[in-house]
Amino acid sequence: MDFAQAFWVLLLGSLLGLELIGKVPPTLHTPLMSGANAVSGITMLAALTLIITAKNNLPLLIIGSISLGFALFNVVGGFVVTDRMLAMFNRKPSKKLK
Amino acid sequence: MDVSLIQSFINLIAVLLLALGIKGLSKVRSAKEANRLAAFAMFLSIIGLLTYYLGKPGEGITQQSWLWIIIGTFVGSLFGAILAKRVPMTSMPETVALFNGCGGMSSLLVAIGVIFFQRNETFIQDISILISIFVGSITFSGSIIAMAKLQGWLSTPSWTQSKIRHLINISIAIISLVAFLNLIQSVNTSTIWLLVISSTILGIGVTLPIGGADMPVVISLLNSYSGIAAAAAGFVVGSQLLIVAGAMVGAAGLILTQVMCKGMNRSLVSVLFGGTLSSQSKKLDSGGEYTNITSCSVEECALTLEAANKVIIVPGYGLAVAQAQHTLREVAKILEQNDIDVSYAIHPVAGRMPGHMNVLLAEADVPYEQLKEMDNINPDFPATDVVLVLGANDVVNPQAKSDQNSPLYGMPVLDVQEARTVFVIKRGMSAGYSGIKNDLFDLPNTSMVFGDAKQVLSELMTELKELGVGAK
Repeated sequence: MDFAQAFWVLLLGSLLGLELIGKVPPTLHTPLMSGANAVSGITMLAALTLIITAKNNLPLLIIGSISLGFALFNVVGGFVVTDRMLAMFNRKPSKKLK
Repeated sequence: MDVSLIQSFINLIAVLLLALGIKGLSKVRSAKEANRLAAFAMFLSIIGLLTYYLGKPGEGITQQSWLWIIIGTFVGSLFGAILAKRVPMTSMPETVALFNGCGGMSSLLVAIGVIFFQRNETFIQDISILISIFVGSITFSGSIIAMAKLQGWLSTPSWTQSKIRHLINISIAIISLVAFLNLIQSVNTSTIWLLVISSTILGIGVTLPIGGADMPVVISLLNSYSGIAAAAAGFVVGSQLLIVAGAMVGAAGLILTQVMCKGMNRSLVSVLFGGTLSSQSKKLDSGGEYTNITSCSVEECALTLEAANKVIIVPGYGLAVAQAQHTLREVAKILEQNDIDVSYAIHPVAGRMPGHMNVLLAEADVPYEQLKEMDNINPDFPATDVVLVLGANDVVNPQAKSDQNSPLYGMPVLDVQEARTVFVIKRGMSAGYSGIKNDLFDLPNTSMVFGDAKQVLSELMTELKELGVGAK
């Protein structure tokens, strides 16, 4: 990857992030934070790359694997917990059934 | 077709979905789908990566690599899912902090792995590795401290409230900076560890002095950092997707932090460097004595409630601590059966985290339309018979509007004093997190009911039942 290109990607990504969240109702602050947090676990891709390119280097394989574990803990946990929080907001239909 | 082209295409879709996901999460109606969309985008990005390595001639994935991938995936996902499913709703903030810390740890480990074994000795890669180590360590240690403080495992040590802490933190920051600059010139093992250790300590030193009520802002900021760490890791392994997603989270996290600060009428600088608010305000406001406190029994409170037509409940931190949301819902149900209009006034920063109260009350099956946001409910207070303040304090302090010298001045508050009667259910006369005297307690229409929120509410329920309320 060419680095000038990488900086363009960085710049545009940051601008996109700044624009994405304009007005957030306070209700959603916690879920949004938690959801964005799960996305930051995208480092799992870096960990995967590390493992795949490690070939037979055992210490690197282990570091990569631990890193992947931490990242997926972040990703899976983050999305599940956000889902649970958001599920609280529309529980009314199920309540009427009772 | 070229596999790198396929991967680029998959990544492009993933970025688009991630952006739509984060955007959707900021609207109530679309939030749930948006969260799943973002999760799907993450899955897609893994598929893209695996396709690339499997399909590219001369690359492939060895059996050993698969083994370690499966181990990491299995362990990480399993623990993440179990924790996320089991954790009670009241401890959401600390859970988010823990997850965030692990994200930071992951970037840190990638950087360490690359610098020891796969360095290609380009200047840009070295810098990215160092940034990843620095930010990753701070994110990890800061998040873990934030979690421990919110869980109550760690208190705020008194030395962290004095000026010495700035001196200590600045010296540690200088050590990290020196290590960083040294490493740019020449990489050696001991300096790498010095950088790891000093930035870890820096994360601890910066987070430790911050008071519990400011923690949400800090977690949001650390969340932004973990995005930056991910973007840096993207530079390290040369992945555009990682850079874009990391930058997006970093920037969005920064905006969210800003929004939260605004809601609490705090600036980011004062949150980070001011220590807990109480240590500043004690100096400003030492002569705040209460002169006209009326305390009343649960029975009186029940009698007044019985005669009311319109009741507004103001939940706060104390309710969350006492885990009294279910009992509160029971009391509200009884009142509703007696044709009393019940609604809940939610201050933007009530509870431990913005939106925390909404989640807690929703868990107790409180209908969503009864939760009113501050600006919508403030005009209703003059027409309200009874206001129940449950463990909230600073968010109902009229000083914020009347006293220009008050540190709270300018913070948006709920105008509960406009109501005919106000009952404040509180454990004692201790001040709120700001440490400021609450003028509300002195007003003639305010009565204090002392006790733990959950206990008072269940006593209140018994009293109401004895009065025949709700026994239609």
